[in-house]
Amino acid sequence: MKSITRQKTFEEIKEQLTGLDRVFIIGCGTCATMTKTGGIDQVQEMKSQLQEIDKLVTGWTVIPIACDEMSELAIEENNRAIQNSNCVLIMSCALGVHTVSTYIDRPVIPALDTLFIGVEDSPGYFREVCAQCGQCVIGETAGICPITACHKGLVNGPCGGTNNGKCEVDKEKDCAWTLIYERLKAQKRLDLMRKYQPPHNFQASPRPRTAKIS
Amino acid sequence: MTASLKDVLNSGKFVITSEVAPPKGTNLEKVLHHIDLLKDKVDAINVTDHQSSVMRFPSIGGCLAIKEKGGEPILQMTCRDRNRLALQAELLLASTRGINNVLCLTGDAVPVGDHKEAKGVFDLDSLQLLKTIRLMESGKDLGGNDLDGAVEFCAGATVTPEAQPLEPQLIKFEKKIEAGAEFFQTQGIYDLDNFAKFMKQARQFPVKILAGIILLSSARMAKFMTENVPGIFVPQSMIDELAAAPKEEMLTKGIEIAGRMIATLKKDSLCDGVHIMAIGKEEVVPDILAAAGL
Repeated sequence: MKSITRQKTFEEIKEQLTGLDRVFIIGCGTCATMTKTGGIDQVQEMKSQLQEIDKLVTGWTVIPIACDEMSELAIEENNRAIQNSNCVLIMSCALGVHTVSTYIDRPVIPALDTLFIGVEDSPGYFREVCAQCGQCVIGETAGICPITACHKGLVNGPCGGTNNGKCEVDKEKDCAWTLIYERLKAQKRLDLMRKYQPPHNFQASPRPRTAKIS
Repeated sequence: MTASLKDVLNSGKFVITSEVAPPKGTNLEKVLHHIDLLKDKVDAINVTDHQSSVMRFPSIGGCLAIKEKGGEPILQMTCRDRNRLALQAELLLASTRGINNVLCLTGDAVPVGDHKEAKGVFDLDSLQLLKTIRLMESGKDLGGNDLDGAVEFCAGATVTPEAQPLEPQLIKFEKKIEAGAEFFQTQGIYDLDNFAKFMKQARQFPVKILAGIILLSSARMAKFMTENVPGIFVPQSMIDELAAAPKEEMLTKGIEIAGRMIATLKKDSLCDGVHIMAIGKEEVVPDILAAAGL
């Protein structure tokens, strides 16, 4: 499982840094390193880009796991450079930005957009397979989540936009319900597709979602 | 007084429906003209609901206009733009205004339309919307609360006889019937042999099937549709037939083809009626009916 991120445009980053000229940069050694959006190389590249627009980079670090509470230690180690800055630009997913923000009194600026939690299908290709909806149906859909894999999140079968196994929104994208149908058919479990699925309960896990493990 | 769609469907006659598209804006001149043209020639008129995810005057507004003019409207409702509260509320409004026919649709995806950044709602799907209608008829809403005042609808749905693979489509078709669909208006069909095969399956169920007839206005349009529109298959012979016609007579040829298909469907009792979609050329629907001998 990885938190998949994409770097914001430099224009947007620049806009967020308006009036903030002394920048400390934080990357993440886990997901953002694997997606090549917040590893050492990208942090150093960001440093150069910021210097080109006359920002002073007071320092940088790549925290092993930015969303972990151990981040506090990494921040303490860099306290002097952080105190010397007037903001921290964070190249991790929003979980890392959130965690770091709880340990730093400086403004935190996200350099990345957090897209989804996904798996790496093939090197460098990430795909969302779970929307974390709190009501898992994949036991009845052959392991393929229709809420995630179907563009419309339909749970009762394909829409009229299904097109020779592809989706109306993208000719390259597989129709989730064709995939589900084929797998269920191979498993001789097509009766599951005939079952009526009721409307989703959006309060199964009310927002903002929390969980307490006893 | 216009007969209700339910009565017409149960009368055993060959049912003719067609559709009109509301404008993008408040100028209703054209849609009102189309309603005038169609209301006495067809059994009911659908009003499309932001077709192709393009923002327009609402379906229910068009349905109200049809009622005012004494026609029989079919309210198209997609699940793309409203959550379950808004859908139920609109059904209540429709019921109080004598709009008693609803076509339940999932709705096209948002990115195919003209507000690509919008949120696609899909809180319910077409099946769940059908079930909701039947639930409301029992006097309850989706929250389990009692409704003050009854509703009664003739509920329909769509099916794509040319979908590939077909079996998942047929499974959903059956589920829609179980959920309460009384009639179906199909996606456009052109290959009558394929359609006959589909009807063999469909005839097992106690529902009325109106074959979708989309007017082909040119060979180019026919080719584009068969290559790009999901679930549409225009046989090459039909594209060739259009292409062979002089440019200024292509529309006439398209009208002739549509009329011929309708006449065959009726003569061979292949289905219970047709739903004619002229897509921007509503003024020729009477000519299609004439070409069909109706």
